[in-house]
Amino acid sequence: MNYRMISHVLGWVIGLEGVFMMLPFICALCYREENPFLFLFCGLLCIVVGLPLCLLKPKQKSMFAKEGFVIVALSWILLSIFGALPFFISRCIPSFVDALFETASGFTTTGASILSDVEVLPKSLLFWRSFTHWIGGMGVIVFLVALLPLSGGDNMHLIRAESPGHSVGKLVPHVKSTAKILYTIYLGLTLLQVTLMLLGGLDLFTALTLTFGTAGTGGFSVLNSSIATYSPYIQWVITIFMLIFGVDFAFYYFIIQRRFKNAFHLEEVRGYLGIVVTAILLISLNIYPVLSALGTTTVADTIRYSAFQVASIITTTGYATTDFNLWPQFAKMILVILMFMGACAGSTGGGIKVSRVMVLIKSIVKEVKVLVHPKSMVKVKLNGRPLEHETLRGINVFCASYIFIFAVILLIVSLDNLDFTTNFTAVVATLSNVGPGLGAVGPTGNFSCFSALSKLMLAMAMIIGRLEIFPVLVLLSPKTWNR
Amino acid sequence: MKIIIVGLGKVGQKLTERLSQEGEHDITVIDTRRAILHDVVNSYDVMGVVGSGASIETLQEAGVDHTDILIAVTGSDELNLLTCLIARKLNVCNTIARVRNPEYKKEVQLFQEDLGLAMIINPEFTAAREIARLLRFPSAVQIDTFAKGRVEILKFRIPSGSPLCDLKVVDIAQKLGCDILVCGVERGEEAFIPGGDFTLREGDYVSIVATIRDVTHFIKKIGLKTNKVKNTMIVGGGKTAVYLANLLLKAGIDVTIIEQNPDRCEELCEMLPKATIINGDGTENRLLLEEGIESAESFVALTNIDEENVMLSLYAKTQTKGKIVTKINRIAYDEVISSLGLDTIIYPKDITAEYILRFVRAKNNSIGSNIETMHDILDGKAEALEFNILKNAPIANRTIESLSLKPGILIALINRDGNIITPRGKDTILPGDTVIVVTTNKGYNDIGDILK
Repeated sequence: MNYRMISHVLGWVIGLEGVFMMLPFICALCYREENPFLFLFCGLLCIVVGLPLCLLKPKQKSMFAKEGFVIVALSWILLSIFGALPFFISRCIPSFVDALFETASGFTTTGASILSDVEVLPKSLLFWRSFTHWIGGMGVIVFLVALLPLSGGDNMHLIRAESPGHSVGKLVPHVKSTAKILYTIYLGLTLLQVTLMLLGGLDLFTALTLTFGTAGTGGFSVLNSSIATYSPYIQWVITIFMLIFGVDFAFYYFIIQRRFKNAFHLEEVRGYLGIVVTAILLISLNIYPVLSALGTTTVADTIRYSAFQVASIITTTGYATTDFNLWPQFAKMILVILMFMGACAGSTGGGIKVSRVMVLIKSIVKEVKVLVHPKSMVKVKLNGRPLEHETLRGINVFCASYIFIFAVILLIVSLDNLDFTTNFTAVVATLSNVGPGLGAVGPTGNFSCFSALSKLMLAMAMIIGRLEIFPVLVLLSPKTWNR
Repeated sequence: MKIIIVGLGKVGQKLTERLSQEGEHDITVIDTRRAILHDVVNSYDVMGVVGSGASIETLQEAGVDHTDILIAVTGSDELNLLTCLIARKLNVCNTIARVRNPEYKKEVQLFQEDLGLAMIINPEFTAAREIARLLRFPSAVQIDTFAKGRVEILKFRIPSGSPLCDLKVVDIAQKLGCDILVCGVERGEEAFIPGGDFTLREGDYVSIVATIRDVTHFIKKIGLKTNKVKNTMIVGGGKTAVYLANLLLKAGIDVTIIEQNPDRCEELCEMLPKATIINGDGTENRLLLEEGIESAESFVALTNIDEENVMLSLYAKTQTKGKIVTKINRIAYDEVISSLGLDTIIYPKDITAEYILRFVRAKNNSIGSNIETMHDILDGKAEALEFNILKNAPIANRTIESLSLKPGILIALINRDGNIITPRGKDTILPGDTVIVVTTNKGYNDIGDILK
């Protein structure tokens, strides 16, 4: 274990968080808040803690896969702890566990909240809450790699540990350039959305916070009603951008490069769009009779509701324009399945990922074929290429671990003795980084009903889900730390 | 610069390592073996593509359309040539192919013109040429040439009782009356570019730069042999041995080759009628004694097994006072090997990588200067570079005193139309000169890089 290298990178991560806190500080100054120096203080605290660690240069710069996993897992835990300080110090969230839950939910782009009334929070805290989504969406380590003078192939271990997907590759030969390209695309799309939101008549604060929530596929809103009270134009902009941020970023890189053939060759993106369209149609058909019986809901409204909700859930954002808790069972079940599935690998979304689900289905088809023709040779392919045994094994183990961890956390959370729907969907919603579930944790509810232990477990579930399980398992495994 | 490397064998990996260390290239590597590709991509900052270099799809995925240089170094000559041919059809880039079959040697010229290859490399031939050069000057551990062969950089070990022992570098010219420049000293695992008050010791490996005449003069003065060897014994009859034997026979050196495989011996007989071919196991010391290892003035271990080469050389060292050259292909324990006290070790993959690097760097830059020659010295810890000085070079028309150089840099020689000048502070560098610079900072492309 290269401890010095680990502490060096962690120092950078904490210091960078301090720098990020200057944005809400500016926000506090603009709105002339009661204690404007809250974020300046917290930011400086992070920098004071982080700086000595970064200045301590490691003697040995080499890093292996295990260091990559440990650094990434620790980074995300530390980010959540330090990021929770403003909530805790300002007494807006008096319990530290609650503050930690809220921040972990922010960074992991989950969007699950323990606050029943967010409108009373100062603007700077609301800004920070949403900004954590933006930071967490593409990842802190990716950001660091784009900036840090750490060179060499070692950085790929870090990116691989942080980025979602079963085969994280490079877009261009240099890791640094790859990280820069990813952030440029991310920033460009974010600016585009902010502009469209401003055109829709929102003020800059709301436009920024809602865009952060969309870009990181997070889901924190600045109103208790989430997105319901905004105009249909804003709702459609958010719907489309949620879907955009749920696509593999390689797709946009290919488009910019004018390699359209490569872009549309990505099987996962096609599958993702197919699933979205199917889900919207099925839900619309299912909810239309119910909604139109209740009142004056038109076909256009129905499609808007269902499109928004499907986009919000499959990309694991978690915004809501309507209380889907009241929808018929069939529509709700589709949403729960989408929660498990999640968005594309290489996007800012969470969940198991469309590509893994596609590979699993193909494996099942292959298995059946082999049972019928025992001597036949069949290969599972993705993007027209046969997948290696190792990749397949990785996907199978990932899905098995996902279910297993899901079960363990569900078991612990059930100690609180809440109803099945609440427990079940609370765990999916956190593990897949969605945010709201059904029942008591539905779009109008929140997670404050859970005990401190459950909140910690769910916060852990969010980080496990965001980092796709293994970095956290490596961190917790005693083998990693053996000398 | 955008570079594609096809084939991740020994040379391919070495090239990837060296090029990615320079940091400024976008490197994509292609190989059919997934596991090796995976390893390389994990260790260096490069992108990997699985597939055959001769497939258009693979090449396009690797971005051949935008690439500047394609280097084909797979194990197969034919595949390398085909890869270069296809790459040329897709994009007019510079292509480099490794072609090592001696049977293709004559056809090489033909390939080069018709296929538009920028460079053809043959590691075995390059290694053989290096060995041949050493055998013509057995006192040296390593010899590289600059200024079209007028200047040599020569490395030797200071024997006990030499007049150089405990002599300060600044006193050499005065005491021995030779116009040479000490550009590097290796002591143990450390390497220095010595200042004037550096004291030389017995056992140091010293690298000097001078004209060939001065080098010969200097070597005589300090009591080392200067005449070429009369005969040589080669163990292992591979491709390198054939090339080497040809070169040595031309220079009038007797060659004995010991080869185990009788069929190969027959082939060698046909190819090298003037050489003595022995069919037998070179690792049997009885055979070596029988063939007169004691009187051999040089011994070259060229078998395909590195460990065997090391053992053979160590044994030969106990039997003869002659020059011993050891070929090492694969094993990477440089420190361990150099502590064994073998005379000269030849790493064909390093030599090949160095040749290609020189080409890449020369292509990389032509603003004010470009690289004419490049050699790794001091066990790869430093580089000696020869730059062409063009009109707009940042150091043109300036005196050496007025240049503020980075640390670890030595301007060793100026070559002005064939006249070799040992630079003093008052000397001016003129356009049209070539300048030899020794530096411990690797990766320079431009003469401007030596300035602060």
